[in-house]
Amino acid sequence: MKIVVNGEASETGARTLAELLSERGLADAIVATALNGAMVRAVTRPATPLAAGDRVEILAPMQGG
Amino acid sequence: MDAMNMNAGTPGADPLEFYGTQVSSRLLLGTAQYPSPAILADAIRASGSQIVTVSLRRESGVSKAGQSFWSLIKDLGVKVLPNTAGCKTVKEAVTTAQMARELFGTPWVKLEVIGEDDTLQPDVFGLVEAARILCRDGFEVFPYTTEDLVVAEKLVSAGCEVLMPWGAPIGSGRGLNNPYGLRSMRAHFPRIPLVVDAGIGLPSHAAAAMELGYDAVLLNTAVAKAGDPARMARAFARAIEAGREAFVADPMEARDMAAPSTPVMGRAVLAD
Repeated sequence: MKIVVNGEASETGARTLAELLSERGLADAIVATALNGAMVRAVTRPATPLAAGDRVEILAPMQGG
Repeated sequence: MDAMNMNAGTPGADPLEFYGTQVSSRLLLGTAQYPSPAILADAIRASGSQIVTVSLRRESGVSKAGQSFWSLIKDLGVKVLPNTAGCKTVKEAVTTAQMARELFGTPWVKLEVIGEDDTLQPDVFGLVEAARILCRDGFEVFPYTTEDLVVAEKLVSAGCEVLMPWGAPIGSGRGLNNPYGLRSMRAHFPRIPLVVDAGIGLPSHAAAAMELGYDAVLLNTAVAKAGDPARMARAFARAIEAGREAFVADPMEARDMAAPSTPVMGRAVLAD
């Protein structure tokens, strides 16, 4: 299935947002997630299904001013 | 931090409160643009800052840069103030704030809604709207704003208990562009913590902000881009302390003409 992750077209076998993070080696990482522009809390990622064309953002702590 | 424990609560201490959290350092430091993580850590330690700003960016599964940055910040034992830097719409800023709250585990957010690319000037209309939404949702909002009093009033009505007017455009290092406007703002909001955020280039700029009665200064580039960031961080810490002391000490009024400081009475007559 084709989705867009952090602005890049990606092919994934993940059925949920939690599986997508595992697929990318980020299962235990400190990240925040959004699906199609809306935030998805960590606790609801396993119950958040992915569909073709979905836009996912995976954000982490970063330097800021 | 040891320095923080030494200062907080000691007689003569002059603590500052943001949303019920007391700090003794009046310097809030940004964490971006340092030459290396080690230099960033040195600069934060040297600054004595107890609050540092952080951001959110896309994480790569390969580099995991965010994870190492976060462990560095946690080890320093400082409070974080996540920002919504780069957001241009209310929706982007609100969603970013929500993600930051979960990621960093704090209701604090430095709210930026940018309206203009050349000056990075806040979009004050979007800012007020986003502040209203976030305050209602339990956030403790630190709005990056201009010195406009009407906007500031609306931010306070929205629930903001801190205001952060710019000194000059972000990263410009110009200092206080509008001291008159900043002074008016201080007079207009005597009890709200006011922080000059952005545009500070030199310790003297920061001291000037404190002498106007501002409660704190938030800066990043002036330290990060100095040849020796840790040393510059220390210089800012001292300037901010000096400026605060000066404000509390109630400075003299400036005057146009000279006034002799040495007493005139009893002066010997030695002229021919």
